[in-house]
Amino acid sequence: MTQVFAPPASEAVTNHRDPPGDGSDPATRRAVPRYVGASPVGAVSLESRDACAWFGERLVLEGVTLAMPAGEVTALIGPSGCGKSTFLRLLNRMHELVPGSAMDGQVLLDGQDIYGPGVRAQEVRTRIGMVFQKPNPFPAMSVRDNVLAGLKLAGIKCHDKDALVEQSLQRASLWREVRDRLDKPGGELSGGQQQRLCIARSLAVSPNVLLMDEPCSALDPTSTRRIEESIDELRQEITIVIVTHNMQQAQRVSDSCAFFLADENEPGYVVEHGPTTKMFDSPEDPRTFDYVNGRFG
Amino acid sequence: MDDLVTLRAAGSRSPATRSKRAIVEHRPRVDVIFDRVSLGAGLTVLVLLTLVGVFLLYQGRHTWTVLGTSFLTTEVWRSGGVHPHIGVLGLLFGTIVVGLIAEAFAVPLGIAVGLFIAEFASKGAQRILQGLVDLLAAVPSILFGLWGFFFLSGTIVPLSRWLTTHLSWFPLFATATSSTLGTSFFIAGIVVSLMVIPIVASISRAVFAQTPPSEKEAALALGATRWGMIRTVVLPYGRGGMIGGSMLGLGRALGETIAVTFLLPQVPLISAHLLQSGGATIAGFIASRAGNVTTVPGLMAAGLILFVLTLLTNLVAASIVSRSRSGQGVEL
Amino acid sequence: MTDRGPFAPAAGSPSASVRSGPSGSSRTRPPSNARARRRPTSFEAIDGWLAAASAVSAIALCWLVFSLFTDGIGWLGFWLVAYFAFVTIYFIVTYERLGSLAAVDRLVTVAVWSAMIVVLIPLLWIVLYVIDKGVPGLSWGFFIHTQKGVTPEMSGRAGGAWHAIVGTVEQVGVALLISLPLGTMTAVFLSESRSRLRRVVRIFVDAMSGMPSIVSGLFIYATLIIPLAKDSKFFGFDGFMASLALSVTMMPTICRTVEVVLRLVPHGLREAGLALGSSRARVVWSVVLPTASAGVATAAVLGIAREAGETAPLLFTAFGYNYLNANPFSTPQESLPLFIWRFVREPLASSIERGFAGALVLLLLILVLFAVARFVGRDRTKSRPRPLILRLIRPEPSGSRLLAARTVGAPSEVGDLDDREAPS
Repeated sequence: MTQVFAPPASEAVTNHRDPPGDGSDPATRRAVPRYVGASPVGAVSLESRDACAWFGERLVLEGVTLAMPAGEVTALIGPSGCGKSTFLRLLNRMHELVPGSAMDGQVLLDGQDIYGPGVRAQEVRTRIGMVFQKPNPFPAMSVRDNVLAGLKLAGIKCHDKDALVEQSLQRASLWREVRDRLDKPGGELSGGQQQRLCIARSLAVSPNVLLMDEPCSALDPTSTRRIEESIDELRQEITIVIVTHNMQQAQRVSDSCAFFLADENEPGYVVEHGPTTKMFDSPEDPRTFDYVNGRFG
Repeated sequence: MDDLVTLRAAGSRSPATRSKRAIVEHRPRVDVIFDRVSLGAGLTVLVLLTLVGVFLLYQGRHTWTVLGTSFLTTEVWRSGGVHPHIGVLGLLFGTIVVGLIAEAFAVPLGIAVGLFIAEFASKGAQRILQGLVDLLAAVPSILFGLWGFFFLSGTIVPLSRWLTTHLSWFPLFATATSSTLGTSFFIAGIVVSLMVIPIVASISRAVFAQTPPSEKEAALALGATRWGMIRTVVLPYGRGGMIGGSMLGLGRALGETIAVTFLLPQVPLISAHLLQSGGATIAGFIASRAGNVTTVPGLMAAGLILFVLTLLTNLVAASIVSRSRSGQGVEL
Repeated sequence: MTDRGPFAPAAGSPSASVRSGPSGSSRTRPPSNARARRRPTSFEAIDGWLAAASAVSAIALCWLVFSLFTDGIGWLGFWLVAYFAFVTIYFIVTYERLGSLAAVDRLVTVAVWSAMIVVLIPLLWIVLYVIDKGVPGLSWGFFIHTQKGVTPEMSGRAGGAWHAIVGTVEQVGVALLISLPLGTMTAVFLSESRSRLRRVVRIFVDAMSGMPSIVSGLFIYATLIIPLAKDSKFFGFDGFMASLALSVTMMPTICRTVEVVLRLVPHGLREAGLALGSSRARVVWSVVLPTASAGVATAAVLGIAREAGETAPLLFTAFGYNYLNANPFSTPQESLPLFIWRFVREPLASSIERGFAGALVLLLLILVLFAVARFVGRDRTKSRPRPLILRLIRPEPSGSRLLAARTVGAPSEVGDLDDREAPS
């Protein structure tokens, strides 16, 4: 069987027919439930080279070259409508679901172009997960089934489902609150709990990268704090890219930032990127300086 | 300042003793008339439907009083002579069998078509395809009957013959020796299914189109294939619409009249030989007897049974759709 | 001012110092129109070859089986079996290449595409078949003569169906006159009034719309014709009885279509009317109904299209007649569906030819009405240039475009959620 998406040579598990790898995850020293046919586990670098995006005839994102190092949290900041969410969707091949859309450039996951020939979007999305702005658990499914939904959908087998559910919910800081109601429908949880459920759902398939599109913008401060704590705990196992409007949040959680901007009726682009402390304390570009100091937004 | 305080102390009331003001509306006369007229129109429907049941019962009373329950248990319909020996069982059997065969073809095809238009077709194609499905619904049943009888049955007969020759161990495919295969339940069911498909397809499409996009996105972002997303999100969401649409289609199939007069010999028959010529449905039988009416009370009684049957089917369908998560905005 | 690279953008971007480096970003990029847009797709060239190869092998396999191992199954059966063989082979091939998830996904895609094609084929076929069989019997005389004086020995082209056309027009016309006001008023009751009877009436309307058309004919026969025909010719078999039977099925259809359209009228319009001091009746008459006028017109045209082809209600009411009877209030009357019904069931070739000619006329009538309904109910919120000839004859009056834009279009015929955004 041809290998259409070759993972790095350091991992033993290469395609979904091969026998499972070792039972423990070296990155976290925590026992990971054995998968049959999972992709390599652990944080991995993501890089975009000259990424562009169109909606129909309109170019909305131009020439974004950005490196998101493994095991770090990269924040994408900037005013509304600058293409941050579009860029995020380029990273896990969700952009192409919009009719009439097009892209250009490369996105490299651990050195390999996810838009390369023969690479299937569905496989990419099992390795690059996404959490959306508005929590979207499957309302009719139970909490447990929600967490396991990703496995079922991606065709990943798991031998110890209960352990996986518990582990995913713990990583999303939700386990204590729902441990007694795993069989209740996912739609009955509060907003913040639903969002953490979505995070747990994405984590259950052990992605290498987690993309988060303004995950806390619809939530109350307590839930926001819990999610930021989860991000902090997850950062070493998973590369995280988070779009946020909240600059304080960007300062709190991220290691590096990229500042997006779009002029009127022009495509969006990255003005500046770099370590978070530098971006906020001494940015090089005056526009960055204006934005992080609240002069416009 | 003190006066104000005393004023308040004297006049203040605790919330528990507050009373609500009643709003008396003096409606303009034209509104009263409008309400009465529109109520009258609504009541007309109630009256009409009740009248249908009442008069069918009344005109068929002779059958019920003379034959009673034997009408429901007799298969044949021999109308000659002073005491006609008639029964609706054969007709009822035929009606239900044709309905089920039609459903067996129309439900999978209709849901697939609805899914195609909602999930697989491009935006521009969706309107065109929905229009074509509506056009299929608009074709009169007499044209289906003509096409089915003069063309399609001849095309299906070799298939029936092969099935009955080689697969006759399967009870439904068996036929009596040297029987004709042209006007069978099987062929009638196929043609009726063509008339049911647009109903199932349109309602399915409507509920599939209402699936919340955020749930679909969530499934895709987890690494689902398109079918995985449809299976996990779209189909469960549209379950009420699919079932309701199928039941509405069943109601249509049960009541289908003209096409089956061409495609069945309209002689009542209860038989498991679906590939063989023979059989009748209530509606087709009544239609074939028009202009040559004997045993009118019997026809009326049969018509009443058909009326009740389709009424129940449609009411159940409507309630299933309206109770479902997806059916709130759908028009049947 | 630092160099932004060889392909710096045109004027309009704010001046800034953008330096390339480890913490900056270089805006070196070619101008947008030089870029190649890519639409990633999962379908590669090899998939096409595999599909073609599967199809060929399926056909070959079936041909082998049906010519050597068993007897013929007829061409319909052959293609059915070949199709299932193709699907199986393609599934196995894809499973080997891409794994089970992708293979099932492809299978479903194939199934859904084939369902769409399978459903559209009979539509095309019926139209072509009726045209093919109907044209020989059709002549200009078809629209002028009746069946007066036609004997069985004459050819199929003898005589005509003028009496049937007149009958259809009259019966459907009178039925529309009865059911359009009644159906619209009921729809207004369901959507505008606040009576507690609304739920009951809606249930009854739903029940009535599913009623088989033969029952409506039987109902009129049972209620009016049987008891009263001996006393007066008015209550005998005639066109008016047919109209009554047709309106029993027409009314719920019109009511439901119009109710959907009325519900699409934005609530804000009603509130604006009430806030201006108008009565509720006036709001309905002057605001709601005109906004929904296109939808009501579509409902009327669709109702006509559906009822024009109905045969069953006429069997017990209009009864049929070979000569012209322009008076719908007495004596039996012919109608186009009855015309077809009568002649196609006779065993003579000439009669069948005549019947098919009538079928062709009926089909053309339905197609024209359907096109008219789509035209009347089109979405006027999208601005579309007026046809040249209209623009030449009459320059646009100022207010009409706004009103046209506010008019709500109509839903599709068979059960629909109108997912167009209502103008607001």
